[in-house]
Amino acid sequence: MTELIEFKLNGKNVKLNVDSDRMLLWVLRTNFGLTGTKYGCGEGFCGACTVIINNEAARSCSTSMKEVKGKEVITIEGLEREGKLHPLQKAFAEKDALQCGYCTPGMIMNAYGLLKKNKKPTYSHIVDAMEDNFCRCSAHKRIVQAVQSASVKMEKEG
Amino acid sequence: MKEDNYLDLDFKEIKTPFEMDRREFVKLMGGGLFILFTVGDTLGYVEAQQRRRGQDLPTDFNAFLRIDEKGEVTCFTGKIEMGQGIITSLAQMLADELDVSLNSVHMIMGDTDLCPWDMGTFGSMSTRFFGPPLRAAGAEARRVLLEMASEKLSVPVDKLNVDNGVVFEKTNKKNKVTYADLTKGKKIEKHLKDKPPLKTPAQFKVMNKSFIHHDAVEKVTGKARYSGDIQLPGMLYAKVVRPPAHGAKLTDADLSEARKIDGVVVVNEGDLVAVLHEYPDVAEKALALVKAKFAPSPSRLNNNNIYEHLLKAAGGGNEIAKAGDLKEGEKNSVHVFDETYYDSYVAHSPIEPHTAVANIEGKKCTVWASTQNPFTAKEEAAKALDTNSENVRIITPFVGGGFGGKTTNLQVIDAVRLAKITGKPVQVAYTRKEEFFYDAFHPAAIIKIKSGLDKNNKMSFWDYNVYYAGERGAAHFYDIPNSSTKVYGAERGTSAEIHPFRTGAWRAPGNNTNTFARECQIDIMAAKAGIDPFEFRMKNFKDPKYREILKAAGDKFGWKPMGKSPTGKGYGIACGSDAGSYVAMIVEVDVNKKTGGVKVKRVVCAQNMGLTINPEGATIQMEGCIMMGLGYALTEEVQFNNGEVLNKNFDSYELPRFSWLPKIETIILDKRNEPPQGGGEPAIITVGAAIANAIYDKVGIRLHKMPLNAESILKALSEKK
Ligand code: FES
Ligand code: FES
Repeated sequence: MTELIEFKLNGKNVKLNVDSDRMLLWVLRTNFGLTGTKYGCGEGFCGACTVIINNEAARSCSTSMKEVKGKEVITIEGLEREGKLHPLQKAFAEKDALQCGYCTPGMIMNAYGLLKKNKKPTYSHIVDAMEDNFCRCSAHKRIVQAVQSASVKMEKEG
Repeated sequence: MKEDNYLDLDFKEIKTPFEMDRREFVKLMGGGLFILFTVGDTLGYVEAQQRRRGQDLPTDFNAFLRIDEKGEVTCFTGKIEMGQGIITSLAQMLADELDVSLNSVHMIMGDTDLCPWDMGTFGSMSTRFFGPPLRAAGAEARRVLLEMASEKLSVPVDKLNVDNGVVFEKTNKKNKVTYADLTKGKKIEKHLKDKPPLKTPAQFKVMNKSFIHHDAVEKVTGKARYSGDIQLPGMLYAKVVRPPAHGAKLTDADLSEARKIDGVVVVNEGDLVAVLHEYPDVAEKALALVKAKFAPSPSRLNNNNIYEHLLKAAGGGNEIAKAGDLKEGEKNSVHVFDETYYDSYVAHSPIEPHTAVANIEGKKCTVWASTQNPFTAKEEAAKALDTNSENVRIITPFVGGGFGGKTTNLQVIDAVRLAKITGKPVQVAYTRKEEFFYDAFHPAAIIKIKSGLDKNNKMSFWDYNVYYAGERGAAHFYDIPNSSTKVYGAERGTSAEIHPFRTGAWRAPGNNTNTFARECQIDIMAAKAGIDPFEFRMKNFKDPKYREILKAAGDKFGWKPMGKSPTGKGYGIACGSDAGSYVAMIVEVDVNKKTGGVKVKRVVCAQNMGLTINPEGATIQMEGCIMMGLGYALTEEVQFNNGEVLNKNFDSYELPRFSWLPKIETIILDKRNEPPQGGGEPAIITVGAAIANAIYDKVGIRLHKMPLNAESILKALSEKK
């Protein structure tokens, strides 16, 4: 059913007339042109499409627009502040925690969700939280290191 | 829609270099200094003869670089970046030879209109075959620029030096000129003919040093564009009706319900039935409404009967290595070992599925594609459109993983056909289900080895027969007086009558299978001989490079003579060679006897890859190989029945996850004076064998089939009791 859906996207209020059964992933990629959020499996298994909804990591391929109504959505494009990379983005780049980079936005957003809940995650907290995000290039070791190093930096910077 | 940055370059209109005069090509490129060179990739040329269907191949040059009027360096190459990091390592080579900063080197990759022909990016060949001539071209450019500077500054060349793109007089640094000033308003074309002296390792400033990926910032901000991120005005997303099984033929399609959805465009042309819409998810919804009928697939193959079928279909073998006399060797044997090993069909599963966007304007068709071989895709697209290949341009944006799987380009063919039929730009992006269905899997394979030990516990003979894994890594490297290596069956290709679906190259094609069989057999013999598997190998290596590499791994691991396996420690070793590099791996595992689950706790991997251009990049590739290797070793196996691929998504096909992450320790030998070898694949070949040997060492069961999954471990444990 087509509805007027209002929500907050990367800090801005947006509204859109849209079939409310459509999944957020496709609305982000097509209606908003935000192609940083990726498709990997479409059924919630891989995490490539992860975004933040009301401070929690969520799979945009399996989240309908209905569920987004009135909420606050952050995508990979919304992480930079005043042209500066978010500490997670910086850590992923510095630790070389990526190869092809296709899973990277989903990894970063999922880690963002973790750090919202848990500011000082241990190794096993990170592994648990990232468990359902797939990286076929297999950059796992460095992804864990990147999340660790970003959390330390963010702690320090407050 | 933002302009694709590949299009920002001011030479939109030029045609493929090889289909036009070279001078005309350079004329179109704006000012600067051009160095044209040839990559002596003879293997590529052999394949290319076939790929280009008998057309003449370019022999004059197949890569070039430009130093433009701003002093910026651009390298144009048909190679592509899919995560292996050559966008960085190739730039490093150029920066060093030219004495410019890494940031002033730009790579234009995989664009068939801008880059000269290339056979494709696979086989760990970019650094090995492309690297040396690229460096020579850089050195040549530097020499030409020095000569120009000599004239301009009135100083002989040997009194000049370069730093950061500025040529200066050694004794008077103020007497200087930049590369930019030298090339301004000029157009100089040079052909690399002789071999200019290259920098020696002692002179390296950029090479053999670690740099983070050149493209990292784009990738962490979501700005990096992959094929699916290309959105053109008026573009439609296509969903194509697919058969339920390989070999199932479409007999009828009723599109009436799908047509009712607002904005849907339907195509029904023989074998191509598709629904298109401006939103991919709406197209997907429409696809679900198509009522298609298929005649069942004639295939009767499944996971249970496949090996019997493959052996029957194999035909005669081809002996690729031979020494001594097998019969003689067997006669002298005290122990004979007759073993058969099996490997499964494995999917590539890049997280980015195959994707293509096609746009036809007049005669010209432009395709953005996730492909490892854009020049092959170009020919395939031209054929599908029934046009000359110069009318097709393939642009390769970032590729979201390939591993050999993106050398097939069926999505490109769909996209160009649909763009032609609908008259609109069309995007075809596989769903995960399509990705599993159309993947050219790593082939299932069988290896039969008969070998022996003589009364002195020396290996007396080795009779090796490999079916469908091909010859990469098949020949052994041990001191065995009587041996034969035979290869049976086509490894890859569209051998529908043999494999139930397409098979193809999967990271280090065939070598994972061959190394698994060989290194398990070696362990079986070592155990029988009562000798520690480390020592047994050390004693029997013929090539000292293996001794050196295994020693390096052993030292790091802290290997102590442990005697005869199984020791209960859970240690396993495997060695091998791939793409010119040598690898030794030692792993430590734990086996859960209740669940059959294997936990790989530690992996030590040593690699000799000659000169390492970007040590950090090479380390990342090794780590990736190890972690990815856990998948083929432990869980990954394509399930199929009567032509149907039963794995439709990741829930039934288990990829390695974070919780599997072992402690990974890598060593790259310092071989800076030796030629560079492959780095994207070697470390994956030993993973399966090392784990199988470690499982044996832990619990005393010998598994002969990969994946070494929980089910087969439980079965073997119960049989042991
Ligand atoms: S695309 Fe959403 S979880 Fe895979
Ligand atoms: S970097 Fe390629 S899938 Fe993770």
